[in-house]
Amino acid sequence: MDLGLIIGSLPALARGAAMTLFVSLTAIALGLVLGMLLSFARMSENRWLSAAARFYISALRGIPILVLLLMVFYLLPAVGLEAPPLVAAIAALTLNTAAFQAEIYRGGFAVIPPGQIEAARVLGLGETRIKTRILIPQVIWLVTPALVNEIIVLLKNSSLVSVIAVTELMRVSQQLVSKTYKPTEVYLAACLLYVLMNLCLSALGSRLRRRIGGASAGGRP
Amino acid sequence: MFMKIQNMETVIEIEGLTKRFGQATVLSDIDLRVYASEVVCLIGPSGSGKSTLLRCINFLESYEEGSVKVLGRLMGFEETPGGRRRASERVVRASRLALGMVFQQFNLWPHLTVLDNVTEALRSVKGLPRAEAEDIGRAMLAKVGLSEKVRSHPASLSGGQQQRVAIARALAMAPKIMLFDEPTSALDPELVGGVLEVMRDLAAEGMTMVVVTHEMGFAAEVADRVVFLEAGRLVEQGLAEQIFQSPESPRLKAFLKSWNDRRG
Repeated sequence: MDLGLIIGSLPALARGAAMTLFVSLTAIALGLVLGMLLSFARMSENRWLSAAARFYISALRGIPILVLLLMVFYLLPAVGLEAPPLVAAIAALTLNTAAFQAEIYRGGFAVIPPGQIEAARVLGLGETRIKTRILIPQVIWLVTPALVNEIIVLLKNSSLVSVIAVTELMRVSQQLVSKTYKPTEVYLAACLLYVLMNLCLSALGSRLRRRIGGASAGGRP
Repeated sequence: MFMKIQNMETVIEIEGLTKRFGQATVLSDIDLRVYASEVVCLIGPSGSGKSTLLRCINFLESYEEGSVKVLGRLMGFEETPGGRRRASERVVRASRLALGMVFQQFNLWPHLTVLDNVTEALRSVKGLPRAEAEDIGRAMLAKVGLSEKVRSHPASLSGGQQQRVAIARALAMAPKIMLFDEPTSALDPELVGGVLEVMRDLAAEGMTMVVVTHEMGFAAEVADRVVFLEAGRLVEQGLAEQIFQSPESPRLKAFLKSWNDRRG
């Protein structure tokens, strides 16, 4: 075991880890918006909209991320859209996580008592206002544990984008291995960095949830 | 008293109202008028359709036949030369503004403070600036005796307090008519009194109220008129004392008797 090598590679690995976080969190944030829209479409009374959303969700959950990534990376230029690897990577991860997040949010919406929506309607609130002011804040709080779980899954899956030359943690590790021929040390270091990132994210998630929960006197029906 | 009422302005006019859920007819051919400043209590066994009737008044439930008019305005539909058609979401929203509603389950928004619950519609529907909305909100909460709970969240309040917040929330929009759907049924017995007191005050101020209730004591004391429903039909209606002292239909007699028996 060459500890010196691990320590020497840390700056490079840390840069890779930063890229991993950037790609994953950007995809999660974009996926939140797209997933929220998808869940509304899925719950819509419009049958076509609902069917389209259901199709998207089933299809995207069924496509392996690696396949989706290569499709986005190679198909976009074929239709004339030049996509740099980083953009293709974020796009593919977003398309994937949006499908999973849509189902998470749908579960959250189902838990909110319909009476709360009736009360809002009776007071004259518009449907958009009901979503943004009454439903979404409660749903985000309700689904925080599931969302943290999704972030962790996506962060690990982001290692796949190394195949299209995005220099995130996995790619950096591969480069180091091909330079040093010390796969054990390098991959062990990468492994520890992945675990560390995920531990931090999940701690952050619980803390955030406690803080929001505390602000509203803790109790929820 | 009834004569006085008859000379008053009609604020709710229900004619031939029929409502079905699939095959089941839950309201059939209901005729009912409510006059300004009147308190009307809807009583009847569970499943008699009294809550559904209340929900048809503000079009939380659609209906198949007949008409519901509030302040002369047909609820939920538009008359066109080609017949009646469903009114747009915007029109329905506008026509509901004359009506405040209080639910059995309070239906407060748990993530907002008590004051934000009361001011939300003032700000987003009436477009009032925050300061002005909060002045109204505080006044309404004072009216229901909850001034000190302005910054609390609903979860930290008792059921009775939550229901009073819900009443304040409805009153803040200055409705002409208040609808109450079993407002005390979800409350522990010792908390019922506070809510009924607020409702009594409202009635004394001349608010028009339609109340679905199991509180026969409240109905006997506060209602101008009592309407008895059973199996989706309006079986009997009349002045409160007339309904409770000398009911005519055998069904109403049986209903009141069972209520008195339970009361012991």
